Amino acid sequence: MSRPATFKFRLYVAGETPNSARAKANLAALCRNHLTGRHEIEVVNVFLEPQRALADGVFMTPVLVKLAPLPVCKIIGTLSQTATVLQALGLEALSI
Amino acid sequence: MSKALTGITGFDEITGGGLPRGRTTLLVGGPGSGKTIFALQFLVQGAKTGKEPGIFVAFEESSNRVVSNAEGFGWKLAQLQRKNLFFLDAQPKPDLVQAGDFDLGGMLAALETQISRMGTRRIVFDALDVVLALLPDAAAKRREIYRLHEWLLAHKLTAIITAKADADETNSITQQPFRFMQFMVDCAVMLNHSVAQGVSQRNLRVQKYRGSGFDEDEAPFLIGKNGLEAAAARLPDRIGANVSDERVSSGVARLDTMLGGGYFRGASVLITGSPGTAKTTLSGAFAAAACRRGERTLFVSFDSDCSEVVRNLASVGIGLQRYVKNGRLLMISARAITGSAETYLMHIKRLANEHEARCVVIDPVSAWSKFDNDLTAYSVAERLGDWAKSAGITLVCTRLLDQIFGPSEGSSPLQISTLADTWIHMNYLVQAGERNRGLSIVKSRGTAHSNQVRELILSDAGVTLADTYTAGGEVLMGTMRWEKERAESGEREVAEVAERLKHVRLDAEEAELEVRMKALQVELVAKQLEKALLARTTQRREGELSHGRTRIRELRGADTAKPRRK
Repeated sequence: MSRPATFKFRLYVAGETPNSARAKANLAALCRNHLTGRHEIEVVNVFLEPQRALADGVFMTPVLVKLAPLPVCKIIGTLSQTATVLQALGLEALSI
Repeated sequence: MSKALTGITGFDEITGGGLPRGRTTLLVGGPGSGKTIFALQFLVQGAKTGKEPGIFVAFEESSNRVVSNAEGFGWKLAQLQRKNLFFLDAQPKPDLVQAGDFDLGGMLAALETQISRMGTRRIVFDALDVVLALLPDAAAKRREIYRLHEWLLAHKLTAIITAKADADETNSITQQPFRFMQFMVDCAVMLNHSVAQGVSQRNLRVQKYRGSGFDEDEAPFLIGKNGLEAAAARLPDRIGANVSDERVSSGVARLDTMLGGGYFRGASVLITGSPGTAKTTLSGAFAAAACRRGERTLFVSFDSDCSEVVRNLASVGIGLQRYVKNGRLLMISARAITGSAETYLMHIKRLANEHEARCVVIDPVSAWSKFDNDLTAYSVAERLGDWAKSAGITLVCTRLLDQIFGPSEGSSPLQISTLADTWIHMNYLVQAGERNRGLSIVKSRGTAHSNQVRELILSDAGVTLADTYTAGGEVLMGTMRWEKERAESGEREVAEVAERLKHVRLDAEEAELEVRMKALQVELVAKQLEKALLARTTQRREGELSHGRTRIRELRGADTAKPRRK
């Protein structure tokens, strides 16, 4: 395997509501621990960009979308269950 | 309290105008109970007027499927979708990973933009339970329900939230969050789909309705051509508005005479009898007469196929074929309809409305009672009669009675007989090795009617009624009637001849007497003549004698002497 791919994330949050704030913090911690230097995070506040949420089909917040590497996957919730999140992102092996 | 019409026939009557405006209604039902259609119909009603645009949030089925499923209802969804109806696909994807708590804040924010863009007044959250099931704990579910409810109230939306109930226990929602939701919402409606004795029956019930009266009973409904239709149990006060003095022919001239001119327009007529007593024939005659008058007629047959009915009636001179062809007569074989008595009633109502029928025949109405308990069947029969009356439809129902002789009052399991305005009973009379049909009018409200039993005679020329003979307390029909008729006519002939004979004899005697009288008269004249002749002869002789004596005296020269007087 060549150089590990860069992870591109988009996190849809509903302003600074507790769940959304927690998700932001959890994602930051996860990237720090497992994806140092190879991640991009875009945060979309659906309160500010409701049209975008509508267009992207975002109804439950917070939701994390992994845009790259493929396949695209969606994880809803605060991302507090780290093991589940890592498994979904295909990062299990790295977490050991 | 302001209400929003749902466009569901019957339901708007049950609730006195629809769902509470600006409030939330919980719609609960088992799988296939019609929740989605109910909710969508509610949105269509609002969108159609243009005043209340709506949003359908689909959590379970994709909106494409919802739309295509509803295509058959003629709601013009495609047209409405352009402006006043919006579908939001919010189904959780199957590959969705859930890691921790979440909320519906994003969806509500997204909906807000859509609401302000469309001026939305109505909203449906279809299958909210799907999303709630993803939430980690009961507290989170409760929180999101609250969030949603507050949000709906804040936006003054008239909302329906649908949720599943266990198929077995429709009335008690076992899922905890929905039990709680029932307390929270302002209106709760239960949809129930059950099967009793192999017959499908859909019922709806308004469980609560804050700030409004409503019909608390279960009301049957069906999913018809134009969506949901519920049977409003309470009757609008319009019965009696269409009381008519007009008479319509029963199709049998003699029967019209017996009824004093026919059935009343708008009357409910019941024809009872055992199998084969020509109930269908009599109702067919009525239908044919109605068509002849140019009235649109609906004939619902439970027993046989329509073409069979037409053929069978043609054999007794009742031609329905051409009316079926020109569309005036709509024949429906109710075998094609399945369901409970309620379902039948609603089908018949709809068919009659669509056909604009003025006369309706149901043959036989007793087919209903086999599906339901007596109570339901009775209430259906009652509403059938009331509906027909209020619509000014003349209704003829036949009903099978098991007993061969005479209708004993109240014995009919479906006590429709008390509801009927005119009740005609047909029975068999078995006598001298034959079976004949007797017809009598048991009752006919508001009309003088004959109390006589008549014999019904079917021939290829049609239906006729004949007088029966009563002899020794027995009614004679058929051959015995004919024999009796013949015997009587024989007797009459003998009597006539005897009379004539006597007449002739008297004539002869009279003539004889006259002749004798004439002869005597002639004799009398002869005698008189003879007498006159005799008198004259005597006179002459006396004259001659006296002349002779005078002459003799003269000749003797004697002096004249005066004849002595006595």
